[in-house]
Amino acid sequence: MSEMKATRDAYGETLLELGRQNPDIVVLDADLSSSTRTSVFAKEFPERFFNVGIAEANMIGIAAGLAHSGKLPFASTFAVFATGRTYDQVRQSIAYSGFNVKIAASHAGITVGEDGATHQALEDIALMRALPGMTVLVPCDARQTRLAVMAAAAHQGPVYIRLGRAKTPQVYPQDAGFEIGKGLVLWPEPEIQGRYNAVLEGDRVFDVAFVACGITVGLALEAARTLEGEGISCLVADMASVKPVDEDLLVKIARCSKAMVTCEEHSVIGGLGSAVCQVTACNHPVPVVTLGINDEFGESGSAEELMKHYGLTSEHYCKVARELTKG
Amino acid sequence: MMHTAGSKKSQIQFIKQKAREIRIDIVKMTAKAGSGHPGGSLSSADIVAALYFGDVLRVKHDEPDWPDRDRFVLSKGHAAPVLYSALARRGFFPEEWLDTLRQLGSPLQGHPDCKRVPGVEVSTGSLGQGLSMAVGMALAGKLDRKDYNVWVLLGDGECQEGQVWEAAMAASHYKLDNLIAIVDNNGLQIDGKVEDVMGVSPIDDKFKAFGWHVFRVDGHKVDLLMDVFRQALDVKGKPAVIVADTVKGKGVSFMEGEKDWHGKTPNAGQLEEALEQLEAI
Ligand SMILES: Cc1ncc(C[n+]2csc(CCOP(=O)(O)OP(=O)(O)O)c2C)c(N)n1
Ligand SMILES: [Mg+2]
Repeated sequence: MSEMKATRDAYGETLLELGRQNPDIVVLDADLSSSTRTSVFAKEFPERFFNVGIAEANMIGIAAGLAHSGKLPFASTFAVFATGRTYDQVRQSIAYSGFNVKIAASHAGITVGEDGATHQALEDIALMRALPGMTVLVPCDARQTRLAVMAAAAHQGPVYIRLGRAKTPQVYPQDAGFEIGKGLVLWPEPEIQGRYNAVLEGDRVFDVAFVACGITVGLALEAARTLEGEGISCLVADMASVKPVDEDLLVKIARCSKAMVTCEEHSVIGGLGSAVCQVTACNHPVPVVTLGINDEFGESGSAEELMKHYGLTSEHYCKVARELTKG
Repeated sequence: MMHTAGSKKSQIQFIKQKAREIRIDIVKMTAKAGSGHPGGSLSSADIVAALYFGDVLRVKHDEPDWPDRDRFVLSKGHAAPVLYSALARRGFFPEEWLDTLRQLGSPLQGHPDCKRVPGVEVSTGSLGQGLSMAVGMALAGKLDRKDYNVWVLLGDGECQEGQVWEAAMAASHYKLDNLIAIVDNNGLQIDGKVEDVMGVSPIDDKFKAFGWHVFRVDGHKVDLLMDVFRQALDVKGKPAVIVADTVKGKGVSFMEGEKDWHGKTPNAGQLEEALEQLEAI
């Protein structure tokens, strides 16, 4: 595997890059700037950085006001606090008002590890997806994070970007381009470099199609490699844009797959799995298995142990796929 | 409830001894876990020792849900190690549990989980929520005409949360003289000094303006803490807050006053040095 890097690190670097290009970019944090990596921006642009203290609701309100008066705010804290703690502020002061605020939340999911359930957001995608006008992006590696943050900055309207604490492998060997509302088929690997979705133009049929976002994309790819060796044909799609979700792509995938498996580091309620089921059920019903955290809170443990504990491993994905293709 | 004058000196010695043991547990536990929050646990150690080992909290280790017990809420939930140590040493659960801090399947989660640990009243970890829950407990006590008291420990950075002040308003509005808040005023939060990040001072005057009786004390002087606890229990008609001036990382020289020891744990060498210092107290 290639270089390991956390998506939050890529966020910090990209903020700095953007800050140098655009003087309207302002950054807010709530006493977690070293963890969210907004400290990188704060160091170079102290006058455009606001650490509001442990006061997340206030941070969201201030971000809304800054956006209202012409600034491009990025507000960051842990995902639990950025969404749950401030839900009504995000709802009314940002989403309903339609303000151009980017909420970039780190420490999402169980890979937070030892801090335990209180700090592991497993419902943030669901919360943010439910807000009208909110874009939800869940990048899978550092390279894609940079592109997603750039796309968020260029997009007019509120965006939620979900970032992780843990160092993870690069999924994309080079910049693949990033478009809000578009998914990419990473497996089977494109015959022509960069032409990710071309595989759907033929009439191939897949035993199992994985649709994943965030840290689980790499795991699904690993599973697909193993399964192909066993004669189970697979497709893997990266659905970093969870909202708007790529309906066209999902319907195409549904049409050419015997079954679909959704993978996410999030509750199975309201996240990517729900989004996929909504699209397939309404357009082209296929059997779907939704993998994630099953309606329970997280707990303390190392990130690796927790991934195993909750079945977020390529081995578990393989097992599910084998069972699906058995009969 | 309190010891008589004759035994007062020995009681103070006893509490100091317990505070030392708790500090030793804190550095050992977090070192073993490889993660956790030693700084804010150490700054609270004397306060928590006085509460649990100075006969201040009326609790029964073999009946943690005893309806008439005093309630203690650790609003700054990241200081879980200080609470776990005190509860274990008061017999609420086996001391061996302390070795499992933050491990998969352990009752001792990174932040206190009231469903798993006897003696933990409410789950905390997301800051700013404890005082509201304490207000609820104090209101229930009044409704039921019970004489239990509710104690809650807050961080000074935590006082930046608006909810703390919503709760402060409610506590004095309802004249909750069965509620005592303690602020671990160590001057630090994660990103630096509280005054630099988002000043909360003058914290005494803020609580005063919200209708509270305010005490100020050196949070590491056990005799003074015991005196002020007694006085706070005597306040009638309004809630009391004790602003306890403390040093983050207290007891381990290289952790004292250092923001980086908020969420960093000692390596083997540092642990040895810390234990040497704590055992010499
Ligand atoms: C709502 C919320 N926001 C942010 C955090 C992350 N966090 C954990 S501890 C801490 C700093 C706490 O400072 P303080 O209250 O002064 O505690 P102490 O110095 O006693 O450790 C922060 C920001 C949190 N746990 N909860
Ligand atoms: Mg503090």
